[in-house]
Amino acid sequence: MSAVEQNLPDPGDHLENAIELKEVEGLSQGQIVFRRFVRHKGAMIGLMVLLGVVIIATTSIGWGPIPGWWKGGGFGGSGAVELPGGRPTLQVWGENGFSLGNYPFGQDEIGRDMFALTMRGTQQSLMMMVVIGLIATVIGVFIGSFAGYFRGRLDQFLMRFTDVFLVLPTIVVGAVLGKIFGSVNALLLAMTLGVISWPGLARLVRGDFLALREREFVDAAKVAGASNLRIMFKHMLPNAIGVIIVNTTLLMSAAILLETALSYLGFGIRRPDISLGLLINEYQTAFATRPWLFWWPGLIIVTIALCINFIGDGLRDAFDPRQRRIPTTRALRRTEKAAAKREARAASVGTVDGTGG
Amino acid sequence: MLNFVLRRLLSSVAVLLVATFLVFVLADIAVDPLEDLRTSTAPNKDAQIAERTALLGLDQPSPVRYLSWLGGVAGCAVGKCDLGMAWRTNQEVSHVLSSALIVTLKLVTVATVLAIVLGVLVGVVSALRQYEGFDYGIIFLSFLLYSLPTFWVAVLLKQWVAIGFNDFLRDATISPPAIGLIAAVVGIVFGSAAGGDWRRRFVVFGISAAATAAALFYISATKWLLDPGFGPLVILVSGLGIAYAVTAISTGLRNKRALYSAITTAVIGAALWFPLQFVFQSATGALIAGLAVVAVVVGIVVGYAWGGPDRGQSARTSTIVAIFMSLLIFGDRLMQAWRPYSESSVINGRPIPTIGSQTPGLTGSYWVVTLDQLTHLLLPTLALILISFAGYTRYQRASMLEVMNQDYVRTARAKGLTERTVIMRHAFRNSLIPLATIVPLDIAALLGGAVITERIFGWSGMGTMFLRSLERAELDPLMIYVLIVGAVTVLANFLADLVYAALDPRIRVNA
Repeated sequence: MSAVEQNLPDPGDHLENAIELKEVEGLSQGQIVFRRFVRHKGAMIGLMVLLGVVIIATTSIGWGPIPGWWKGGGFGGSGAVELPGGRPTLQVWGENGFSLGNYPFGQDEIGRDMFALTMRGTQQSLMMMVVIGLIATVIGVFIGSFAGYFRGRLDQFLMRFTDVFLVLPTIVVGAVLGKIFGSVNALLLAMTLGVISWPGLARLVRGDFLALREREFVDAAKVAGASNLRIMFKHMLPNAIGVIIVNTTLLMSAAILLETALSYLGFGIRRPDISLGLLINEYQTAFATRPWLFWWPGLIIVTIALCINFIGDGLRDAFDPRQRRIPTTRALRRTEKAAAKREARAASVGTVDGTGG
Repeated sequence: MLNFVLRRLLSSVAVLLVATFLVFVLADIAVDPLEDLRTSTAPNKDAQIAERTALLGLDQPSPVRYLSWLGGVAGCAVGKCDLGMAWRTNQEVSHVLSSALIVTLKLVTVATVLAIVLGVLVGVVSALRQYEGFDYGIIFLSFLLYSLPTFWVAVLLKQWVAIGFNDFLRDATISPPAIGLIAAVVGIVFGSAAGGDWRRRFVVFGISAAATAAALFYISATKWLLDPGFGPLVILVSGLGIAYAVTAISTGLRNKRALYSAITTAVIGAALWFPLQFVFQSATGALIAGLAVVAVVVGIVVGYAWGGPDRGQSARTSTIVAIFMSLLIFGDRLMQAWRPYSESSVINGRPIPTIGSQTPGLTGSYWVVTLDQLTHLLLPTLALILISFAGYTRYQRASMLEVMNQDYVRTARAKGLTERTVIMRHAFRNSLIPLATIVPLDIAALLGGAVITERIFGWSGMGTMFLRSLERAELDPLMIYVLIVGAVTVLANFLADLVYAALDPRIRVNA
């Protein structure tokens, strides 16, 4: 009996394949990716938390001309110090349960509302993250795809061009901006940082395009008379979309840290505008006396970056065609039972299941 | 091949020329060397402005000044270096540069080596325990570390590690609940990393937790932290343990010759502890380096002496043991200097500093000075490790998983090789190939780039030089920074391509 069993392929392997096949039956590539992504717990939690942060940050103090629900509606709010030292009034489990109070994140030494400041900083960081991510992705995809598709001299030139941007120190660019425009506008800074942070993505896209252009469907499109641009952006780009999306998320989480680091060093956003990095820089000496001034902006940076990283991880798993979910023990047992039943039925009828084994 | 190398080198030079030119023009827009004079109220303001304009050649357009700077740097090729001046302090740039480079290398080397070793180790274990509790914990931890802003971590480290530890040293006792908690955490980490069935995990949990608790209790009861040290017995016992562990991982315990040579090395090390104490009294950096070389030689000789058909393996194993033994003995001697160090008048019982790279006015033996440098390295190194460790872990985990799914690993298993051989020889070695391509890039980035860490911890390395020259409107040191970091980055990129091609025969260099 055991000798017979050894000749058969690993039953576990077989069952896993069956489960996997059933999961993707009759679904398009996009639907499969979407389903895989939705199933990724870390990514879904990250997405929820990120959405929560975005909603609170944009609605509480208002965005631009739109007023928010937070008292005063602006981010310059201040008042008399309520608790001694300006301690946070936030109570998660206080005398009357959960309560925000007037200054949930506390106040600084002159009574400014830390909650409003932090929310304003969060808005800036989120906006910069999106702008940097979008601009860098567009430039990186264009340069990478042209270099990878046309190869040869153009590739050489574009890659050395990429190297130049790799060598350029970000801080100098920030300093130049500050010099030219006086105070640094967040949107302008984001656009400039986007213009210099694409090299990594361009290299990856180039690598992908170098491999994709040797595939049969590209030859087919060529024979059918499609133009180069059409082949690149209609046929090849969708095949590289996984790499692009995943690296855009990584770029975004790096961007949020880059912005805070620049503001911290004094080459990013400056007063009167604020950002999370600027807040930490201003209040780091207050850590011993007013730790909340330091904690809240930092925690929000970490939360946003962490969420983005988890979403990126989920996307990578979802786009990776070799990615296999490990079935739970229960799912394995269920399939095993079904297979056994089918076999028993086949045996009783006396036919041999040609597809099995 | 030669053609390829030459072409890449030439184009790298072109890249550097373009990049430095861009930075020069941009930086010239960004800084204003006359700023302090414009607002001054000195009577000879105009004369001063004229003087400085002449000094820095500000009447010429920036491309012309770039060319003259480039001419000075290009002189290095024929042995006449002119890197310019940091004009505010009237120092030669080459002087500023060399001191900054040494400080940065000191800061970055230890951090990089430790981060790579730890990251690879944890990454491999995490990959081998894929989708288990340990793996999920490591994934979460690496994401968390990845998302931390450096400066934020640095402030926390200063507050908790430095100030907290110094306060703790006042009585140096650990409360029983703290001992229990730490022991439980250590037990859970090792128990979940161990793998196997629940019984084995539970045993590992119990042993590691009990060992930790016992060690902590001893440390607390004898106030060991105030006057630490190993002594010969602990060195011998841990040396034997290291010998067994290294042999088990590198060649397997079945290889008796390797095991015996490892044990011999450990015993020799422990026996040398006593005579070395006299040698150490007149220690210098050169002597210690020489002793380290001797240790490695002893390891190789012992391995060869036990001989056998595969001497190489025995020699390798005993060399690794010899390195560990010399680290133990060195660490023990450093610990003996701990008490005089922390009780000296400039330290005053607060040995972990939060700023600077050495204590001003500290005098003492080689050991006290070394200890002082190490305590200063502690916080910035921790900050750097925490962040790059996460990257290496993720990278190594992904690469190890990739390799473990390859056909040749399946073949190795099918041949009936032991799991140790499959993992260490077939999988682990190949999984290091992708790492070889990112390590050069990371080192290049670190060389110029611990800007924030240096700033927070007050180290005057390359990053500080860069920031300072930008603030003081000194273009010459700024440009040399950009040139060096740029050159190292471009070269590292090139090197990474070559290394990859050399290690992985499937890759061809023909671009």
